[in-house]
Amino acid sequence: MELSDHLFRRESGRMLAVLTRVFGVHNLALAEDVVQEAFCRAIEVWRFRGVPENPSAWLMATAKNCALDALRRERSARVFAPELGRFLQSEWTLARVVHELFEPNAIKDDLLRMMFSCCHPRLPENAQIALMLHILCGFSVNEVASAFLNTHAAIEKRITRAKKVLATSRKLFDVTAITEFSARLHAVHRAIYLLFNEGYHGASPERAVRVELCREAMRLAAVILEHPLGKTPTTYALAALMCLGAARLSARVNTSGDLSSLPEQDRSRWDQDLVADGLKLLELSATGSEVTEYHVEAAIASVHAVAHSIEDTDWRQIVSLYDTLMLIRPSPIVALNRAIAVGQNEGSERGLAEIRAIAHGERLGNYPFYHAALGEFELRSGKHEAAHQHFRTALALARNSMEHRFLEQRVGACKRGDTSYGCFWDQVLLSFKNHLEADQPD
Amino acid sequence: MSEFTFLFRGRGDTAGSPEQNQKHLEKWVAWFKELGAKGHVIDPGRPLEQTGKVIKGQQKDVTDGPYAEAKDVVGGYMLIEAKDLQHAADLAKDCPILDVGGSVEVRPTQMLNM
Repeated sequence: MELSDHLFRRESGRMLAVLTRVFGVHNLALAEDVVQEAFCRAIEVWRFRGVPENPSAWLMATAKNCALDALRRERSARVFAPELGRFLQSEWTLARVVHELFEPNAIKDDLLRMMFSCCHPRLPENAQIALMLHILCGFSVNEVASAFLNTHAAIEKRITRAKKVLATSRKLFDVTAITEFSARLHAVHRAIYLLFNEGYHGASPERAVRVELCREAMRLAAVILEHPLGKTPTTYALAALMCLGAARLSARVNTSGDLSSLPEQDRSRWDQDLVADGLKLLELSATGSEVTEYHVEAAIASVHAVAHSIEDTDWRQIVSLYDTLMLIRPSPIVALNRAIAVGQNEGSERGLAEIRAIAHGERLGNYPFYHAALGEFELRSGKHEAAHQHFRTALALARNSMEHRFLEQRVGACKRGDTSYGCFWDQVLLSFKNHLEADQPD
Repeated sequence: MSEFTFLFRGRGDTAGSPEQNQKHLEKWVAWFKELGAKGHVIDPGRPLEQTGKVIKGQQKDVTDGPYAEAKDVVGGYMLIEAKDLQHAADLAKDCPILDVGGSVEVRPTQMLNM
């Protein structure tokens, strides 16, 4: 039997979640040791005997046995999960209680419990995300650092601090407390959304699209959707938004490894299964009365997803969705997106006017696609010189080599007076000036 | 063809990430598969636990053990067939345990003609 890709990563998150429940959140380090022990044993046995029929179950059973050993070995020296303490102290109840904790249904709750615990209000958002990636997605400190394009030292510091906050919170989040659950769910949605965006729009010097982060974000949302309390319209909307975005992931980078703007994208490379899943999720999100930013963004993504071409896109509908988004979460980036849609719908002059009218537009000064959008509309209005200036400004602000090549090509287009294609909706779309990008030094 | 025993020492770098662990395992599986496909494997052996007891001397002293450093503890063994000692050593050179600070000891197995 072959191992599926990233199986160990996934199982690491599952094992760590249940072990932390057994040992107590203050014993996270012990839980991590046990996970490592389970992997070591798996390697020792599987290397000669092959991968078992059900590798996940094998790993989990091994983790359980290692946990029982650790509990017996250390119960006089340590305090374990306070709410389980009594049961773990007595040999009469130990095995039965631990066995129950390792039941598949219990583990699902543990994943959710850990995810909600990682989004502790005392943690800044970038720490919540780093912690989720580290604990639930099995990324090592180094792997988190390279995903966030940060130094090992900075990420290690961030994760160590975050773990300390987690450990001193004494208890894991209680996923049965309905009021607290919905309150914390907002933070969890936001963290997952930021994780997805970091993968989709991150300021990576090498690759603008880091598919892995998007996939992990989608996996975490799927875990929430498995829980009765987590199945909210908003969670569906978030999942829909990510599916519809992910459907275009493979087309965002063309075959020569360059960024491809929405009009240029080969729509046959959009993943139609993900589009279908996304539309289904969007439908499921349309219950209840709450309309969140995720609903609106998913709706915008769906308008793009069902259009056969850029001309065929219902821009009027998109403008009206951006109007709604401006009411829910006004920001210069949303306004820029809206302005672009207006320009697409009503012509370049209107687009330019809308961009110039953006409130606090100066905050977009460092954002390359602000200048690029101005350049694009100028170019279409036939003002090649002005367009050229804007694209040169944008080029100077490019954050990675893909953006650089993309904008260079637009500068070239101005010289040729080529207005045939190029706009960056997909670049700008959904990209709420990700604050990971403007990461504060730790 | 002669018979040899591979003794695997050391568990490797236990600080690896899950992804690294998986990659490491995949290398082992590939290495072992190739040995098997070429007809070298006589017995894949069994993994040994890291700890046990050591009984020593006429006093039959029993201690927890082995008290070796982690990198020296035998974690498994395997019986293989090769042309000669050099050939067996060459086969061991591709063993993934070498990537993580472990070692393979190659010992000719004595043939018992009784």
